[in-house]
Amino acid sequence: MPKFRHLISIDDLNREDILYILDKAEEFEEVARGRVKLKILEGKILANLFFEPSTRTRMSFEVAMKRLGGDVINLTAQEASSIAKGETLADTIRVVSKYCDAIVIRHPLEGAARFAAENSDVPVINAGDGAGQHPTQTLLDLYTIKKECGKLDGISIALMGDLKYSRTVHSLIKALTLFKTKIYLISPETLMLPDDFLEELNGNIEKVDLDDVIDEIDVLYVTRIQRERFPDEEEYRRVAGSYRITADIVNGRDFIVMHPLPRVDEIDVSVDKTKNARYFQQAFYGVPVRMAILTEVML
Amino acid sequence: MKQLVISKIKDGTVIDHINAGKAPLVLRILGIKEDSKENVSMAMNVPSKKMGRKDIVKVEGKFISEEELNKIALISPNATINLIKDYEIKKKFKVKPPEFIEGILICPNRMCISNDKREPITSKFYIKVDENGVVAKCYYCGRKIRDIASYIK
Repeated sequence: MPKFRHLISIDDLNREDILYILDKAEEFEEVARGRVKLKILEGKILANLFFEPSTRTRMSFEVAMKRLGGDVINLTAQEASSIAKGETLADTIRVVSKYCDAIVIRHPLEGAARFAAENSDVPVINAGDGAGQHPTQTLLDLYTIKKECGKLDGISIALMGDLKYSRTVHSLIKALTLFKTKIYLISPETLMLPDDFLEELNGNIEKVDLDDVIDEIDVLYVTRIQRERFPDEEEYRRVAGSYRITADIVNGRDFIVMHPLPRVDEIDVSVDKTKNARYFQQAFYGVPVRMAILTEVML
Repeated sequence: MKQLVISKIKDGTVIDHINAGKAPLVLRILGIKEDSKENVSMAMNVPSKKMGRKDIVKVEGKFISEEELNKIALISPNATINLIKDYEIKKKFKVKPPEFIEGILICPNRMCISNDKREPITSKFYIKVDENGVVAKCYYCGRKIRDIASYIK
């Protein structure tokens, strides 16, 4: 029995579901690297419906599908916007779901993926709905931590940057509270996690400065601080400058550095060559994790 | 001298102990609008021993289902219902908040798909009660509402 038919929100999964997907992803790693050939999705078609631009997520779904022998049809953001003028999302989904075996959707409106699932004959995977959910990113983040730290229970993680608006961070924190993790929050006051979000969580969470925990953490998860969140350029520069990771900060320390990418300048390129950098590896892990999800909903 | 604020009804539904001032919202929740045919009487800010002030709504000739009536708990959790038959109370109960509602509230999140006027979509909310009262959570975007009265359609 599949653990789920659609994958819309990380909230729909419990601890066991998550561990099951991560274990399954591990079995696909060599296929994701192209070292082992596996054609278990041969004859299956995935529809990538991206109503907003995306490179990484769309490509990694495409790679995951193709390496498993399946085919992909793509609706680009430009085509999607012209469809959106003439047709409802409900109708687009009803039509496309007749052509394929699963749908991956990214859409600017929150809840669009759940609505798509209501109108689809085939499984729907949410690849980001506005400021809402992006569950496959969360799963690949958890997979990275598990692979690179050897465990999820017992890790200590610091999340740094824009904790207020980042959907990646919100989903990841929710998922981390299902495990015995210590979560540190590092951000300017204006970009701190909203209180009503914090209230809902039943985890070991603390607001700190990086210096206080730098020798204690296993993972430093950095997110982008967006310019448009600040009223003026000077304020942005001041804040962004103080949340910048360089090789000097990480050298000699054991924690790994993760980032959902794309980065701007919150992680200096000097970090790329350190033993701590894992963000490109993290991007690769998106492939086996998405393979696990695709096979789960399609087979 | 005791005085009836509004007359007794022969058959129908009496909603009592509504929080003062909320009777018009109760009618909206029940879908009773200006052009509805029901014979409705409403009393607002009536003195009440338990509540200080309360509202009462009587709907003549109509037995509203328990499921519908429970929606009143969203804005008035202490409301009581009397189903009347031949001037006698046939059934009396206190409203209980439903666990899930459709089409009653508007999501305050402008970026929620449920607010896209072009889509064939009905708003849906999970309902929970905590120490601070009733909380509605949007099924689509997850936004929470505490000030429920402000978001009734």
